[in-house]
Amino acid sequence: MDEILRLENITKIYPNGVTANKDANLSVRKGEIHALVGENGAGKSTLMKIIFGMEQPTEGNIIYNGKQTQIKSPLDAIACGIGMVHQHFMLVESMTVAENIVLGAEPGKGPIPNNRAMIEQTKEIIEKYNFVINPKEKISDLPIGTRQKVEILKALYKGAQVLILDEPTAVLTPQETTELFRELRGLRDMGHTIIFISHKLNEIKEICDRITIMRNGTTVGVHDVGSVSQQEISNLMVGKDIDWNIEKNPPKRGEVILDVKNVSVLDEAQRSILKEVSFSLHAGTILGIVGVEGNGQSELVEAITGLHKADAGSIKFHGNDIADSSIKQIREMGLAHIPQDRMLRGAVVNGSIEDNMIATFIDKEEFSSGPVLKTKKIRSWSEKLIKDFMVKTDGPEVPVKMLSGGNIQKVIVAREFSSNADCIIADQPTRGIDVGAAKFIHRKLIEMRDNGVAIMLISADLSEIMDVSDSLLVMYGGRFVAYFPDASKVSEEELGQYMLGVKQQTSEEVKGCIA
Amino acid sequence: MINKKKLSFDTKFELMRFTVAILIAIGLSFVTILIVSHEPLLALRKLFLGPVESFRRFGNVVELAITLSFAGLAVAIMFSANQFNMGAEGAFFASAGVAAMFSLALPLPPVLAPLFAIIVGGITGAIICVIPAWIKMKWGASELVSSLMLNYVFYYLTKYFAFTKFKDPNCGFVGTFKIPEAAKLAKIVPHTRIHAGLIILVFVVIATIFFMKKTRWGYNLIQTGQNPHFAKYVGINTGIVIAYSQIVGGFVAGMGGAVEVLGMYNRFQWKELPGYGFDGIVVAIMAKNKPQYVPLAAFFLAYLRIGADKMATATDVTSEMISIIQGVIIMLVAAQAFLSHRRQKMLVKEVSKNV
Amino acid sequence: MSDLLSYILTAEFGYSMLRVTTPILFAAMGSIVAESSGASNIALEGNMLFAALFGAIGSGLTGSVFWGLIIAIAGGLIISALLIYFGLYLKTDIILSGIALNTLASGGSIFLMYVILHDKGSTSSIKTLVCPNINLPGIENIPVLGDILSGHNILTYFAFLSVIFVWFLLYKTKLGMHIRCVGENAEAAASVGIKIKSVKLVSLLISGVLASLGGAFLSMGYMNGFSRGMVSGRGFIGLAAAAMGQLSPVPTLIASLIFGCADAMSNIMAAMRIPDEFVKLIPYVTTVVGLIVISSWRTWRVKKKRIAALVSAN
Repeated sequence: MDEILRLENITKIYPNGVTANKDANLSVRKGEIHALVGENGAGKSTLMKIIFGMEQPTEGNIIYNGKQTQIKSPLDAIACGIGMVHQHFMLVESMTVAENIVLGAEPGKGPIPNNRAMIEQTKEIIEKYNFVINPKEKISDLPIGTRQKVEILKALYKGAQVLILDEPTAVLTPQETTELFRELRGLRDMGHTIIFISHKLNEIKEICDRITIMRNGTTVGVHDVGSVSQQEISNLMVGKDIDWNIEKNPPKRGEVILDVKNVSVLDEAQRSILKEVSFSLHAGTILGIVGVEGNGQSELVEAITGLHKADAGSIKFHGNDIADSSIKQIREMGLAHIPQDRMLRGAVVNGSIEDNMIATFIDKEEFSSGPVLKTKKIRSWSEKLIKDFMVKTDGPEVPVKMLSGGNIQKVIVAREFSSNADCIIADQPTRGIDVGAAKFIHRKLIEMRDNGVAIMLISADLSEIMDVSDSLLVMYGGRFVAYFPDASKVSEEELGQYMLGVKQQTSEEVKGCIA
Repeated sequence: MINKKKLSFDTKFELMRFTVAILIAIGLSFVTILIVSHEPLLALRKLFLGPVESFRRFGNVVELAITLSFAGLAVAIMFSANQFNMGAEGAFFASAGVAAMFSLALPLPPVLAPLFAIIVGGITGAIICVIPAWIKMKWGASELVSSLMLNYVFYYLTKYFAFTKFKDPNCGFVGTFKIPEAAKLAKIVPHTRIHAGLIILVFVVIATIFFMKKTRWGYNLIQTGQNPHFAKYVGINTGIVIAYSQIVGGFVAGMGGAVEVLGMYNRFQWKELPGYGFDGIVVAIMAKNKPQYVPLAAFFLAYLRIGADKMATATDVTSEMISIIQGVIIMLVAAQAFLSHRRQKMLVKEVSKNV
Repeated sequence: MSDLLSYILTAEFGYSMLRVTTPILFAAMGSIVAESSGASNIALEGNMLFAALFGAIGSGLTGSVFWGLIIAIAGGLIISALLIYFGLYLKTDIILSGIALNTLASGGSIFLMYVILHDKGSTSSIKTLVCPNINLPGIENIPVLGDILSGHNILTYFAFLSVIFVWFLLYKTKLGMHIRCVGENAEAAASVGIKIKSVKLVSLLISGVLASLGGAFLSMGYMNGFSRGMVSGRGFIGLAAAAMGQLSPVPTLIASLIFGCADAMSNIMAAMRIPDEFVKLIPYVTTVVGLIVISSWRTWRVKKKRIAALVSAN
C-alpha cells in the first residue's frame, strides 16, 4: 500500500517554552485505519493539530501524497483532503444536519443557498457512505452518536481522504461504538484513510490496522496491530518517566476520615460519568487514585469538595453527611483541596501572592477582627508561607501572574497545606511544573501524612502516583477497577493494563478499599 | 530581580497607554474645536485654562469633582464585582429627590438634618442598585438591561413625589420647596460654592479604600470580581458578595445625590436624569476601579467639564462636546488591543536590554 | 378603569399602538441581528439618536425624504463604525463600548445640532420632511381593521417588514447561516473557514441600519424634527424585547408589541387624570417585568429538563 501522509522529525515548541513534540515521526498508509496512542500529554493532540493546520511545527516536514506540504490553516488541510473530527463537536446545534454539513461551502449561487441542492447533496453523501441520518433534523434533537456521524460527513462532504478522529468513542455508548466501527470499516473499504486516536486498547485491537505509540512528545514505535499484544502496547505507552526515589516510613493508618458510598454523578448531557463509587480514606495514609483523564476522577473530586454535588450516594466527612454543606462549611470541617486547574480555579492570577495565600484564612480570628483585616498579621503570615514553601519571589505583593508555574503551584499548596486540614484532596498537584517544585510538593505531602493527615492523591502520572501513594485505586469508565492496598507491590505494567481497561479485578477485590 | 523588572515594566506600559489615551482625547477636542469654531484660539484657551482663570471657577471644578467622585466610587465598587449595573444614574437622581423631601418633611436641627438626609439618600441608592442584582440572581435576567429600565422607573417616581407633594407653587420653575437652611451643607471655602460635602467625600474615599483593602468584605468582593471560579472554590458565597457590593455602591451613589442637592441647590429641581451615573463609569474606568485614584480622575473630568462650560459661554462651541471626549476616553482606556504592538516592542527592548 | 378599557377597545388605540411600536421594533430587530453573531449592540440607543438628528437635518437641507433617510442611516452608522472599530479591532469590551457610545451620542447629537443649527433644544429652525403615510388599498376600507392597519407612516410598514427581512436573513441566506454559526459556536465557524470578525462586522452594520431606521422614524414620522434625548430608552427597550424573544424574530415582534401597547396605553392614560409620571413609567415597568417572566421561565425549563433526565437515568 502507498504511503499517503508522513511526518518527519516534527518538533513543536510553544511560545511559552513548552515542548509538546520532539522528533516525532508518523507514517500513514492509504486506506488503513491507523491508531495513535499515548498517555495524556504524550503529544498526540499537538501532532494532530499540526496535521490539521491548527498549529505550525517549529521543525520538521509534512509529506502528503509524496509531496512536501505546508499546512497553514484548517482551510489548507481541508483543501488537501484532510478532515478532522474533534472531541468537542464543531456543530451548530440550532441548525439542521444538512446545514451543518455544507456550512462554509453552501451550494447555490448568490447570497441564498440552494436548499434543494443542499438536502440532495447531503442525502447523496449519507447514502454513499451508508449512514442513517435525516438531513432535515436539527442537531439539538440528535443523540451524541448521530452528531458524531454528522461531523464525519461534514469532513467527507468537503472531500476528506484522510480523516482524523480524536478519541471518537470517549462520548459513545457501546452500541454507538459498534455502529461507528462498522461505518469506519466501510470508509476504509472505500479507500479512505483514518487516523484513530484512542486510549482504549481493545477498540484499537478490534478496528485498527497499524498503531503508532507516543510517549513524552515523541513517537516510540509503529507496529502492525496483529503483531503486538495489548500488554505490549500498554507497556510501551505507560511507564515511569522519572524515579522519584522518595524515602518514606510505613504509614500509620488511623481512623476513617472520609467515607464515600455509592456516589454517582451525571454530566451536562445527563450521561452517567461516575457510577456508584465507594471508598474510605484513612488518617495518616495517602490513597492514590490513578486513571487516564476523563474516567470520572474530576467528578469525584468535585463531589467531595462540594463544587458540584453528587447526584446520588452519600459522602461522610468525619462521620457527618456533607450533602447539604457549603464549600465553606466543608473546608471548615477540615478539608483542603489542590485543584487540577491552577489558573482557572486555584488562583486569582491578577491578585498578589498574599491575596492568594490568605483566601481561605480571611475569616479566621487570627487574621481579622470583625470585618477588619489584621494586615500586619496577614503580611507576616504570608511572608512565613513564602519562606516555608520556598516560593521564589520578591515579596508577598508580587502579582501571581509574574510567577512560574511551579511557584504558582507552591502558592496554592502553601495555602491549602497550612490550613490545619486533616484531609487533603490533591488533584494533579505537580502537573506541568518543574522537577524541583514537584519534588518539594511530594515531600510536603508525605510530611503531612506522617502528621496524621488523610490524603487523596489524583494523578495520571504513574511515577508520581506510584512513588507517593501508600495504596492505590484505579479508575476506568467511571468505576474503580482495581485496588492495591500496598502501592509498592504493584508494577507499572500491571497498573497500565488496569488503566487502559485491559484487565479488571473482581468486585470483591476492589471492595478492599472500603473501611 | 526579574520579577521586579517585569512588574515595573507592566506599570510603565499601563501608564504610557493611559497617557496616550488621554492625549488622543485631548487632541481630538483640539481638532474638533479647530473645525467647528470661528474663534478656535479663544475656545481652546477657555477649555484648557478657563477653570484656572479665577478662584471662583476653580471652585466650580472642585464642586463638580465632589459629585463625580461619589459617582466614580459608586461605579468602581459595583464594577469591581464584575456587574454591569447602571443603577448609579437612577440612584443619584432618586436620592437627591428623597434627601430634599426628607429634609422638608422632617425638620431637624443643623448637623443632624444633613446627616440623616444623606443616610436616607444612601439607603435609597442602595435599594435602587441592589434590585438589578437581585433580579439577576433570582431570575437570571441581565442586570444591564433591567438597571437601565429601572433608572427610568425611579426617575419618574421621584419626579412624581417631589413635584406633586413637595412642589413649591410660588417658584418660577418646577421645583420643591426650599430646603431648610439647617439641612444644607455649609460652604467651607469663601468665594466659592465648595461645601462640606468635600469633607464627607474625604471620609467616604478613605472609608472605601479601607473597605476594599482592609476588610474581608472588600477582599471577598475583589476576588469574586476577578475570578468567580476561585472565589467559589475557596468557599466565598459569591451571591451574597455581589448583593452587598451593589448595596454599598448604591449607598455611595445615593450619598452623592443627597450631598449634591444639599450642597449645591436651594431646592430639588432636576428635570432630567443628571448623567452622573454614566460619568461615574468614565471616572471608574480611568481610575481602574481603584478608589484611591477616583478623586484624581473625577478632578480631571470636572476640569474638562468646567472648561467646556466656560468655552460654551464665551464662544460658539457647546459644552456637550465633552461627552464625545468622554466616550472616546472610556473606549481607549479599556481597549485591550490598544497599543498592544507597542507593548510587544517595548517588551523585546526591555528583554534585550537585560540580556 | 372602564374609561381606560373603552379607550383600548377603539381602533384608534390599535393604530397608535402600531405607531409607537415602530421604533422599538426596529431596535429589537437590530439587536437580534447583532446578538445572533455574538456581538452585543448596546449602542442601539446611540444609533437611533444620531439617525434621528441626521434625518431631521438631512431631509430639511436636501428637501428630499429619500436623501433624508439615507443621511439618517449614514448618521446612525457613524456610531456603528465606532463600535466596530473599538469592539472588534481594539478589543474594548463590546458592552462597555456600547455604553460609552451611548454617552457619546447623547452629548454628540446636541453638539452637532448646535454646530449646524445653533440650537441646543431642537431642530425646529429647519423644516424636517416627514416620510409619507400610506393607505393600504383594499384594507383601508375594511371597518376597524382598516383604521388600525392603514394610513401609517411608510417606516411603520418597513418596521413590520423588517421582521420578515431579519427572519429571511438569518434563516434563509448564507450570510444568516454564517451569522448564527459565529454566534453559537465560533470555533465551528473558524474550522470551516468562516471569517468571524467579518461576519460580526456585517451583522453590526445591519444592526446599525435597522436601528437607524427606528431613529429616522422618530424625527421624520413620529415627530417632525429632532429634539434632545428624543429616543429616551427605546433602544434599550428594543434590547429587552429581543432578549425576551430569545433572538427569534416573531416572538420578538410580540414582545415589541407588548411594549408598544404599554407605550400607547401611557399615551391615552395621559388623556385621563392619571399623573403624567406614572403613565410614563409604564413601558419601563413592563419591560422589567417581561424580562423577569421570560428569564424565570427559561431557568425553570432547564431545571425541569435536568430533573426529567435524572429520573429517567435512575
